[in-house]
Amino acid sequence: MTAITPQIVKDHGLSEAEYARIKELLGRDPNLVELGVFSVMWSEHCSYKSTRVHLKKLPTKAPWVLQGPGENAGVIDIGDGDACIFKMESHNHPSFIEPYQGAATGVGGIMRDVFTMGARPVAMMNALRFGAPDHPKTRHLVSGVVAGIGGYGNCMGVPTVGGEVNFHRSYNGNILVNAMCVGLARTDRIFLSAAKGAGNPVVYIGSKTGRDGIHGATMASAEFSEDSEEKRPTVQVGDPFTEKLLLEACLELMATDAIIAIQDMGAAGLTSSSAEMGDKGGSGIELDLDKVPQREPNMTAYDMMLSESQERMLAVLKPGREKEAEAIFRKWELDFAVIGITTDTHRLVVRHKGEVVADMPITALSDAAPVYERPFVEAAPQEGAPVFDPSRDVMQSLVKLVGSPDMCSRRWVWEQYDNTVMNDTVQRPGGDAAVVRVHGSSKGLAITTDVTPRYCFADPYEGAKQAVAESWRNICAVGGRPMAVTDNLNFGNPEKPRNMWQIVAGVAGIGEACRALDYPVISGNCSLYNETNGEGILPTPAIGGVGLLKDVQRMATVALKRAGDALILIGATNGHLGQSIYLREIEGKEEGAAPPVDLSAEKRNGDLVRGLIEQGRVDTCHDLSDGGLLAALAEMAMAGGIGAQIALPEGAAAIPFLFGEDQARYLVAVPSANAAGILAEAKTAGVPAASLGVTGGDKIAVKDVGAVAIGALRKAYEAWFPAYLGGSELPPSN
Amino acid sequence: MKSAVIVFPASNCDRDAATALESLTGHKTEMVWHQDTDLPNVDLVVLPGGFSYGDYLRSGAMAGQSAIMRAVKAHAEKGGAVLGICNGFQVLTESHLLPGALMKNAGLKFVCRPVTLEVSETQSAFTRFYENGQKVVFPVAHGDGNYFADPETLDRLEGEGRIAFRYAEGDNPNGSVRNIAGILNATRNVLGLMPHPERVVDPLLGGTDGIPMFKSLIEALS
Repeated sequence: MTAITPQIVKDHGLSEAEYARIKELLGRDPNLVELGVFSVMWSEHCSYKSTRVHLKKLPTKAPWVLQGPGENAGVIDIGDGDACIFKMESHNHPSFIEPYQGAATGVGGIMRDVFTMGARPVAMMNALRFGAPDHPKTRHLVSGVVAGIGGYGNCMGVPTVGGEVNFHRSYNGNILVNAMCVGLARTDRIFLSAAKGAGNPVVYIGSKTGRDGIHGATMASAEFSEDSEEKRPTVQVGDPFTEKLLLEACLELMATDAIIAIQDMGAAGLTSSSAEMGDKGGSGIELDLDKVPQREPNMTAYDMMLSESQERMLAVLKPGREKEAEAIFRKWELDFAVIGITTDTHRLVVRHKGEVVADMPITALSDAAPVYERPFVEAAPQEGAPVFDPSRDVMQSLVKLVGSPDMCSRRWVWEQYDNTVMNDTVQRPGGDAAVVRVHGSSKGLAITTDVTPRYCFADPYEGAKQAVAESWRNICAVGGRPMAVTDNLNFGNPEKPRNMWQIVAGVAGIGEACRALDYPVISGNCSLYNETNGEGILPTPAIGGVGLLKDVQRMATVALKRAGDALILIGATNGHLGQSIYLREIEGKEEGAAPPVDLSAEKRNGDLVRGLIEQGRVDTCHDLSDGGLLAALAEMAMAGGIGAQIALPEGAAAIPFLFGEDQARYLVAVPSANAAGILAEAKTAGVPAASLGVTGGDKIAVKDVGAVAIGALRKAYEAWFPAYLGGSELPPSN
Repeated sequence: MKSAVIVFPASNCDRDAATALESLTGHKTEMVWHQDTDLPNVDLVVLPGGFSYGDYLRSGAMAGQSAIMRAVKAHAEKGGAVLGICNGFQVLTESHLLPGALMKNAGLKFVCRPVTLEVSETQSAFTRFYENGQKVVFPVAHGDGNYFADPETLDRLEGEGRIAFRYAEGDNPNGSVRNIAGILNATRNVLGLMPHPERVVDPLLGGTDGIPMFKSLIEALS
């Protein structure tokens, strides 16, 4: 067998101290297979070694949380025996190297995380971040990622109902592809991964194992350099057809009671699925690799244990149920093989060609994995109110804003996603949150992904709070009760103290906001080392939120619906321009303090708005975020094809009032007869609310400031994406 | 009206079709597995949307060769109604129950959006509850919907009144020849179309323009 040299240890991404610890745990030198297994299990991607101590501080419990972090996905109770299962996960590194397959397998992976728990996936979202539009790789990456997401999700027949797309030069060398999957199951039919008991058959189901993706998890745990292109062979290739069969076959098997435990083979494939199942079940696992369905000849034990071939699952069955399970998988023309057995030894023992090729205590792989309290250097948040030119033409700025890369219509993107398959999409992409009906009921799930990375860069703590608050607000804005979140923490190299501070402060901010809003974190994923040649990304803790609508008939959308409605602004406006889109796009500055988030105001204001929607008194609502009040009003007008006339409150300066990004605000449109009652109710609830004007006409007009036709706005709004991806012009850099 | 929906591997609008049929007929729809060789005794067979066999050879090509398609052809030859939606339309052309072919969209991308259609033929079991020239909105969701046939075939389709649906002028999402969205066979008991009527049977989900198609079928076949 190959002798383990320091170079081999280094190539596996393990430090000298970590290698010494492995030897201590084993009481001997590991062989190459064992070293490979340790390297993936102890990688940042699988072990969360830099973040674990901080993630423990997140709130994860609520009476409606059935399963918090630690399983394949989190589970909440949505009443009537229904459970909602969801998680968001990154596939950043592979997507940068090979955008189509990287994004496609990201979608496939997160779907397996959800259906391995017994849920039928019902909605997909994705939060995408790309480099500057004028960076030479950006077009290629955008079109590849979008096509990959569509290619996989469309074939699966799960609607992709929304998400985010942002551009910033900090992502030039590290794009972010975060995919979220939401599924539905019955609360009494949820499947976990604990391989309890000895003597139970371990079965392999799905696709055959090939050599693709070996060491993907290790790749995702290191910085990129110029030679990252050479890592293309570590990117897996997706086969959505097989995954669709796997989904149906798993759900069919799950309708029986043959399964003890089941887990998808994601990062680190057979290694992590077997080790995690044994660990959670307190059992041991023996695998015979000769039984593993193989795609190519002469695969070594090392190859098989580390392969990240897609569309595979590992399950532990009740003894004697193998035939019944096999019949289901044969019907779906999938591979099925009994490849091992559970034991009471607490060891992972791997045999190949009659020899034991690995024999390790399972706790050494999981519990004994290193945990680091990495040093961090606290950085003061950016502060101050930036200078702006008060004489600029407001309406020209508005047209420029709605036509800017981060604000313009994402139609080019979401028209490539089947967003209506399954016949339950009640609110399509383009609103504050997507709404998907719970099939066969009147309930709905509101789903959104949010984060404003420029705020997080200026102030990691307030920025992370804002991401949670905006997610909560987006759900309230459609009339949903926010239930829980999944977090996808994208940061740079945690070994750099400045980055580690962003992580520590970001997790603390998420924790504070989730506690204040009663909005627990039930699942998540960390993606660190998003750096190329030492340049890190903006801190991007993406929040995927899910809320519940009791009745999808009582739902708000952003589109203005009637002329003559009163426009009411809910929440306080101070005109906060620091870190705003206006400042960046119009003044060319990325400066100032991020907007502060008052969580009790968020709660008060959101509770009021949701109540009004639930009572059927508000059907038109938009949360105010990027671009502030005037951008929100423009979006509402374009969506409804109805204009509006508003006036500034006395003494308000036009630009800060119209474009400031103060938090905890909503704009609602209601029949004018209902306006007085709503204003009075807001006053009683301690919620600032003011009537700004009325809907009607074909333009947006601000008294004493200016006016612009909806047609001109729409032209700018719809033009950027198709023109950019059509390659017809090089857009301005941000 | 009794109906069946064929389930190919990676069909994914099978449940949507069944749900729409069940809500409008009040009867259970039979789900028929692609390896079966016989159809249940039904009036209407639906070939649903999806990515049968991953669409890996050509969209609908492998499904066109599957065991159940022999029974579907026999059903059609006896005058039984067959409705192919999206991938189902592709299966119908691949199995020569309908002429022509569905090529990659002219824009080379998958496209999912509501499109306006013009009902151009009401003399069929599928369309009798529409008005001639009526504008309806159905969603499309496909990558290979660009209908093509040689000019003689197209002239014959037009001459025989077999073009059931066209994309409204200016709203053709895939570049199909003569704006064709859906066609009938010569005996008018087989309809294939790319847009999804089963996705517009509920006002909550963006419209009800698909309902007259199912009502037409119920009246014609019950």
